[in-house]
Amino acid sequence: MSASEPMADLPLPHSPAPEAPPPQSGPNQPTSNQSARYTVLDRKPFRLVDLLLAWETILVLLLVAVIGINTWISPYFLDVFNLSDATSNFSEKAIVALAMALLILVGEIDLSVAAIIALSSLIMGLASVAGVGTFGLIVIGLSVGAFAGAFNGYLVTAIGLPSIVVTIGTMSLFRGIAQVVLGDQAITKYPEGLQTLGQTTLLAVPPLPNSFYIFVVLAVVAGLVLHRTTAGRRLYAIGNNPVAARFSGIRVERIRFTLFVLSGLASGLAAVLLTGRIGSTRPNIALGWELEVVTMVVLGGVSISGGSGTIPGVVLAVFVLGLTTFGMSLVNVPGIVINVLLGLLLISAIAVPLVVRGILRGLGR
Amino acid sequence: MTSIVTRRELVLAAIIVAMALLIGLRTPVFLTLNNILFVVTDTSVLIMMALAQMTVILTRGIDLSVAANLALTGMLVALLSHAHPGLPIPIIMLVAMAIGGGLGLVNGLLVAGLGIPPIVVTLGTMSIYRGAIFVVAGGAWLTSKDMTDAFLAFPKAEFAGLSSLTLVAAAVTIGFFVLMTLTRTGRNLYAVGGNPVAARYCGVSLPKLQVLVYTLTGTISGLAGYLWVARFGIAYADIAAGYELTVIASCVIGGVSIAGGIGSVPGTVLGALFLGVVANALPLINVSPFWQMAISGAVILAAVIVNTRSEWRPRKLILREARRAAAGGQK
Amino acid sequence: MSITPDVQPGGGEYADPILRLSGVSKRFPGVRALEGMRLDLYAGHTTALVGENGAGKSTLVKILTGIYTPDTGTLVVAGKECEIHSPRDAWADGITAIHQEPVMFDDLSVAENIFMGHMPVTRRGLIDWTTLVGRTNELLHRIEADFSAKTPLKRLGVAQKHMVEIARALSHDARIVIMDEPTAALSAREIDDLFRIIADLKSQGRAILFISHKFDEIFRVADRWTCLRDGHHVGEGLISETTEDDLVKLMVGRSIDQVFPKRHVVIGEPVLQVEGLSNATEYADISFTLHRGEILGFYGLVGAGRSEAMQGLMGISPPTQGTIRINAKRAAIFAPADAIDAGIAYVPEDRQIQGAVTPLGIRENMSLASLGKIAGKGGFVDTHKELARTRDLGAKLAVKAAHWDQKLMELSGGNQQKVVIAKWLATKPQILILDEPTKGIDIGSKAAVHAIMADLAAEGLGIILISSELPEVMGMSDRVVVMAEGRIARVFDRAGATPEKIVSIATGGSA
Repeated sequence: MSASEPMADLPLPHSPAPEAPPPQSGPNQPTSNQSARYTVLDRKPFRLVDLLLAWETILVLLLVAVIGINTWISPYFLDVFNLSDATSNFSEKAIVALAMALLILVGEIDLSVAAIIALSSLIMGLASVAGVGTFGLIVIGLSVGAFAGAFNGYLVTAIGLPSIVVTIGTMSLFRGIAQVVLGDQAITKYPEGLQTLGQTTLLAVPPLPNSFYIFVVLAVVAGLVLHRTTAGRRLYAIGNNPVAARFSGIRVERIRFTLFVLSGLASGLAAVLLTGRIGSTRPNIALGWELEVVTMVVLGGVSISGGSGTIPGVVLAVFVLGLTTFGMSLVNVPGIVINVLLGLLLISAIAVPLVVRGILRGLGR
Repeated sequence: MTSIVTRRELVLAAIIVAMALLIGLRTPVFLTLNNILFVVTDTSVLIMMALAQMTVILTRGIDLSVAANLALTGMLVALLSHAHPGLPIPIIMLVAMAIGGGLGLVNGLLVAGLGIPPIVVTLGTMSIYRGAIFVVAGGAWLTSKDMTDAFLAFPKAEFAGLSSLTLVAAAVTIGFFVLMTLTRTGRNLYAVGGNPVAARYCGVSLPKLQVLVYTLTGTISGLAGYLWVARFGIAYADIAAGYELTVIASCVIGGVSIAGGIGSVPGTVLGALFLGVVANALPLINVSPFWQMAISGAVILAAVIVNTRSEWRPRKLILREARRAAAGGQK
Repeated sequence: MSITPDVQPGGGEYADPILRLSGVSKRFPGVRALEGMRLDLYAGHTTALVGENGAGKSTLVKILTGIYTPDTGTLVVAGKECEIHSPRDAWADGITAIHQEPVMFDDLSVAENIFMGHMPVTRRGLIDWTTLVGRTNELLHRIEADFSAKTPLKRLGVAQKHMVEIARALSHDARIVIMDEPTAALSAREIDDLFRIIADLKSQGRAILFISHKFDEIFRVADRWTCLRDGHHVGEGLISETTEDDLVKLMVGRSIDQVFPKRHVVIGEPVLQVEGLSNATEYADISFTLHRGEILGFYGLVGAGRSEAMQGLMGISPPTQGTIRINAKRAAIFAPADAIDAGIAYVPEDRQIQGAVTPLGIRENMSLASLGKIAGKGGFVDTHKELARTRDLGAKLAVKAAHWDQKLMELSGGNQQKVVIAKWLATKPQILILDEPTKGIDIGSKAAVHAIMADLAAEGLGIILISSELPEVMGMSDRVVVMAEGRIARVFDRAGATPEKIVSIATGGSA
């Protein structure tokens, strides 16, 4: 088009009328009676691509790969008793991961979970030394966890502090208390009932630990709540836009507080199971678990900035990480070296899809 | 531009002094020049690491891999010195900074290039760097017997009555002060953290600054790695475990806002000194060192409550009487 | 090329343009934002860029300032072809802008804010504070600002911050100054000041690109106009030779009459009675009565306390004093959930932040404020009920989408706003508060929103309409409440309201 022609006297269009407006996100054609001619589908039309690119699909493939490699490198991997051993090593963390997933989904984080386990275990230990029985210890373990979570929740929701700083603080505080009380000692006097809970199995076949069954039940509950109930809707709304959620009558702070309590409660439950399983409390119990739990949740596809993620994803990630760790340990790879693999897995699981998408977009041009 | 120290930094300094005086009342030895110099020496590494971490937090990031970086670099230079005993210390230090900087660069590229959240990236690299220590050393521990005298001597050396650690920390502090207050880069860091969209409109590029701060933080961690290993004469996979949280705690206590854009060099140095004084005072007043962790946790919480209060911005004042009251209150 | 204006505005002759953009296209995934766009700017002249929201004005500004790089097109500045890939390139070519979004660094000083990205440095590479402060104070003096270079930005008021934005644009000594909706947050007096600065810039031979939704401003300040529609250039010419009607016709592609579909509705019983509503800082002594079937307009300047008072009513920031009666019964409202239970709905002003949850779908957004109504046993969502309701409301509001699970961020602003309104209608309110419901949406959606309001009033809802657009408030309301400085200044009935009286009261007069 010749841009240098002299200006027209009248404001007539210089270029031909535009073609049809761009789809969807373009501006509307201003017509006042637009409803009749318009059909809106009830659901998004199914596309195979969407299914194939879903995060859960990637995790399933990863899980298959992990199982395949493990079976290949160690003939003992598929042994039933070994698998029972494997699940007991990650079930307690996985229980905490379920609560952490909900918390991260609403844009918060709890780095104090492992310290809460230490604190709960400590108080249980003190109570046990004082002669409290198994049932009492369970109640104490759960209550200490819930109270610690409520403390975090109060600081975050009532005072309005960032959860990452609050829980770094309470992480030091809670574990610090355990250290002050225990010093370099350990409590090993626990009633048999507690150890039975932590070490035996509810069902003879398959002989999986109680903690694993508890995890499965809780995962189903969490999945139903998040994906099928109005409460789940509220969590997604808060995670994506807390202001709009609040304006829509959702009691945002109350829900956040509840989730912190829940995270504490899950840690308390993990403390009960872990203390029973190993039969002792040391100040370094569950040290560094918070990062493993966060890794499970993030690998499970929950966005660290909140708003997206699913429980099936987290469950799959739990298995991917748990079985990787177990497979490596079967062939005697030291734990710290397994960490290298887990770190690589975390970063590449997030980086590779980004890179692939970038390349695809580049090709699309 | 703004005055060199703010009121909240003066308050923090006053608290540290008051705390030191109280401890001195019970244990006069705490206030001797030697002990004060020792406390500063002991806190030097923390000061350097906290200043570097501050630049990352200013950009709304976080680097959880600093302690793993320190440990890995420390192990690598210890191995290097073991294999080549003749290497002069300045070369060792440069190598440490290069290794650390390289490890930091990896973080920076993942954060800036792929846009992965910093907490996820550094959580991952933290595991990787820790595990790598075990791999490179084959699970072995290196002790002072495996290190040369020169390697071990530098951190203990003194110049004009000041320990070399103190001098290094002082130089790093001055460097950061110049960077943050007198260069465009420093002011740009405040801009991207305070308002990333606006910074973009001003031609300030976030990705470049991210690469810079993570690399810088890695470089300082690497230097700290040499100093740490040489000072304590030991290198293994678990040294400085959990130290990243102490570093972040120093920043928070020093007034650095985790939301980005707010933080100062003097504040961060004071935050580190606070933790240093606590750590050194406890044994002297016969409190079990096990208290240290609990105290630092409580202090982090107190500090973040104070910070949030001072960052709190009042609602807009529409009513004339409210404006008048606010104006009157300021005078 | 000479920088002094060699023609007077309105004259027929023009020199070569100082900036000529041609053939510019920019696509985003799924959207053509600009297609074959062109634009000429002339030294010493102000060119108004007009077009509906979403027509591509902001994209054009972002291309000129280096935030976006166009897919195709050429840019010639002062006879030289240039490429702009970053804000720095734009500055180097003499282009600077006051952006629509505030470019503010609260924790830095005024001087740093103005020179962010191009602070003067000494030979050693350190910031040259002396020059920085000197040049800043010069700029501040030039625009008659009453604060100094070293003041921390957070101590400034809204209008003062705006002066910092202007000073930043001037700090580049640019040949071309772009102003994207510069008057949005300004009072009438501040707008006068801005226009004086524009006149000053013109007399220095600078070219100005002025973007505004307000036609009175365009006709006051601009010499030329260029119109955009759906990313295309659809016309340009001299302001003196056009009319508002012609421009609107070009913008929307057809002629539309600004007729408000206000219907005559019998006003019913009082549904909402507010007495003495106050909080400490934002509003005081707000008392009014809203009846069934009534549309009560709230007019005032930005910052008069209208939204704040309504958010108080809604329990978002609970008031410290006052009583609220709904259907003559006293209501206790401490949180938005209480207000919803009491039958109040509030469509907030800031759609992106307060209204829509853009990463979620239409169905989920529509259910958000009334989840209890679609909950089955044990809190499980009754999806059949939900889908049926989504279809009904979607049809009633004529929401355009591919499917009901489409994410809001894929919809146009007008459709997003319809979904937000639908979300509130799903709560079955008796009182509907609409806070600037047509701000930033296209003219078609605007008409649809007005029609819905009229329908709802006819169904017996009490409606409160907050709007800063005088024709809208006057056209739609039965009565108009005018607020100034946090208080109700006057209430007009439909017959007694004139634009002059309303504006005079709103700006603190006593007409």
